[in-house]
Amino acid sequence: MSESKTSNDAAEAWITGIGLATSLSDNLDANWEGLEQRRINVDEKSFAPYIVHPLAPVSFDAQIPKKGDQRQMEAWQRIGTYAAGLALDSAGIKGNKDILARMDMIVAAGGGERDLAVDSAILNAEAQGNSAPGFLNERLMSDLRPTLFLAQLSNLLAGNIAIVHGVTGSSRTFMGEEAAGVDAARIALARIAAGQSDIALIGAAHNGERKDLLVLYEFGDFNLKGKFAPVWARGEHGGFALGSGGAFLVIESRKHAEARGAKPYARLTNVVADQARRKQAGDVTASLETLWSKLGKLDANGAIITGATGAEPATSEERAFLAKHPDFAVRATGTTFGHTMETQFPLGLALAALSISRGKLFAPNDSSGVEIEMAKPPSQIVVIGAGHWRGEGMALVEAIR
Amino acid sequence: MSATRDKFGRPIVVVTGMGVVTSLGAGKADNWAKLCAGESGIRTIKRFPTDGLKTTMAGAIDFVPVEPFSSTDLSERLADLATEEAIAQSAIGSKGDFPGPLFLAVAPVEVEWPQRQELGRAIGNQTEINYDEMLRVSGGGKFAPYHRRFLFGSVADHLAETFGTKGSPISLSTACASGATAIQLGVEAIRRGEADAALCVATDGSVNPEALIRFSLLSALSTQNDPPHSAVKPFAKNRDGFVMAEGAGALVLESLESATARGARILGVLAGCGELADSFHRTRSSPDGKPIIGCVRNALSDAGIVADQIDYINAHGTGTPENDKMEYLGISTVFGERAREVPVSSNKSMVGHTLSAAGAVEAVFSLLTLEHQRIPPTINYDVPDPAIPFDVVPNTARDARVTTVMSNSFGFGGQNASLILTGEPI
Repeated sequence: MSESKTSNDAAEAWITGIGLATSLSDNLDANWEGLEQRRINVDEKSFAPYIVHPLAPVSFDAQIPKKGDQRQMEAWQRIGTYAAGLALDSAGIKGNKDILARMDMIVAAGGGERDLAVDSAILNAEAQGNSAPGFLNERLMSDLRPTLFLAQLSNLLAGNIAIVHGVTGSSRTFMGEEAAGVDAARIALARIAAGQSDIALIGAAHNGERKDLLVLYEFGDFNLKGKFAPVWARGEHGGFALGSGGAFLVIESRKHAEARGAKPYARLTNVVADQARRKQAGDVTASLETLWSKLGKLDANGAIITGATGAEPATSEERAFLAKHPDFAVRATGTTFGHTMETQFPLGLALAALSISRGKLFAPNDSSGVEIEMAKPPSQIVVIGAGHWRGEGMALVEAIR
Repeated sequence: MSATRDKFGRPIVVVTGMGVVTSLGAGKADNWAKLCAGESGIRTIKRFPTDGLKTTMAGAIDFVPVEPFSSTDLSERLADLATEEAIAQSAIGSKGDFPGPLFLAVAPVEVEWPQRQELGRAIGNQTEINYDEMLRVSGGGKFAPYHRRFLFGSVADHLAETFGTKGSPISLSTACASGATAIQLGVEAIRRGEADAALCVATDGSVNPEALIRFSLLSALSTQNDPPHSAVKPFAKNRDGFVMAEGAGALVLESLESATARGARILGVLAGCGELADSFHRTRSSPDGKPIIGCVRNALSDAGIVADQIDYINAHGTGTPENDKMEYLGISTVFGERAREVPVSSNKSMVGHTLSAAGAVEAVFSLLTLEHQRIPPTINYDVPDPAIPFDVVPNTARDARVTTVMSNSFGFGGQNASLILTGEPI
């Protein structure tokens, strides 16, 4: 298991900036209102029978002013660069060259958006007997846009954030689906707690409106098909509905935040992660239970924000874990935002910090009984991110008293 | 100051195991002998047809069979080989039970052409092929292994299970600096006291048609195909690009305290790491060289030393016109007049550019340089570039007293990372 905990002698870390661009909105208030009103933006038709949560309309110009920069990016990079800018704005450090030049960055990324037309044309030509040696070479040489590669490279989301927003202290990109989002937060917190870093930008972006990604997950029969249902109501043949979205956070040491007069949303107290082998039923449940025991002191009647995907068996195993903690009010972000993969965990952290800062957990959106009302202001929220295939992560986000 | 802590009070991080695979061969012994003999691993590509390509050579590793081929499968095999060698040398833990976390530098993973073509065949030639049709035939379990294979975390997942590393394994990419970043993450974890040991691995098996064409379309590759072994010409005036290559490097890092306590042989010290991102352009360095200069200075400062103490630079030295010029600008700014004297050589002149693996492969070679007190040459250096007056250790290896090495890695996306390696704690 991997832990990054703020112990007594370690620096406390605050979440001082949040940037969200989701299927609901690119505005924190509008995301909050949407959650409170149980609004869900889901598209059952464009990719039928697959279901996706499309990105709400955003004006990329607001955070990526140069059209030339936008053209150099595919959608996932634009969403992420945009959300990263929102987070910097939210933290009040947009354009602050002194801070940005020493700000550390860890991005959780996928990548590889395909040119679907080029792929299809080549496969069609091959199916019609065009199999001369070098045919693939010739087509790729002539049909691939020279800069497409840069829009596919995983580390070029971070690269674009550096170019557009000037975050240059360090730039690290973690890959590995959901776990990458957990580890981005875990390593950033560990570095701040140990004094290896003062301020960090972490986050991820995902374009769920991609047939090439649907193919990858269809190989494993993970996609939700047919009709939308909330995460907890998808049954044993459930699945996830891919969601588009970007979530970025500014995390900094309390000392650094206080010195610049930054207003915190919440404290990031602890992030823990592990990777169960998942060879036996119950492995995920057990892994989550172990992580839970490492989070620190948890008050009764707390809250949990989970990125449970809806895919099985991980969702049922997580549900078995949640059933052992029935006094905690649970919210599944997947119902509203879909499964945003690398973004799952940063999104959970963002919503936890937002809830803490607003003194309220957003409304339940579930008829299965897993999600219950929570009347009191949450002082602690546990964020859970269990991968659809591998990786389990958990964080404790707390109010600053 | 305790003997197991550095001048900043941090645990000293040492290397107790190393493994390497490149186009020159498998293992440290074979690689070191060939590096010092000035041999090249660059060959004409045999793996796939090269008709219509401007670049037809690479440092491909064809002596590790992978059937059916995918770059991700080859990356995994290369990582296995390097890791087995590193852990065997270190004799740490027990079989399948490595007592620390895994940091893996790996090329971004994606479904490749053979799998896409398999979907095309599953659709048949009676239907127009598009992604909707591909989706229609993808499910039902027939292609389930491809889901496991082409997840970004799949190579790390395999290594974590095989070698029994602890916790959540981290897969990372900082482009051509990835290998150095994997090492840096391990160093930081040990300095934080989170772990007594870390397994840092970097691997790349990217020589496939689309990957080659991507770099070719960016005009990054050498087209001096004939003869292939003289294609990579770092720091020479007639350099014209890098050559893609495959390889893997693995290092077992430990705290000096823990290594000493178990009586492990110490192969070298990871004295410092530096990084700094460049916001100038997606593929080009800032013309003023400031990010590279800052990166090099950060590494020196992290190690608590000054440039005068560096007695060998293991260059990034890709052989592209741009990189080598910028690397000279960066080093000459930091080192001043000494930039003409301190030996600077490029392993890539022989093994090619192992991309995601390069930072770790070259860290292994840097440690071997310290061990053998011998500097591998920069080969294919026949036409000096007057704008780059480095002592590149031209064409022939050289014995030298080497105590402190700097190893540089720079990558697309503004990635810069430098490591400082020493024979003894400083």
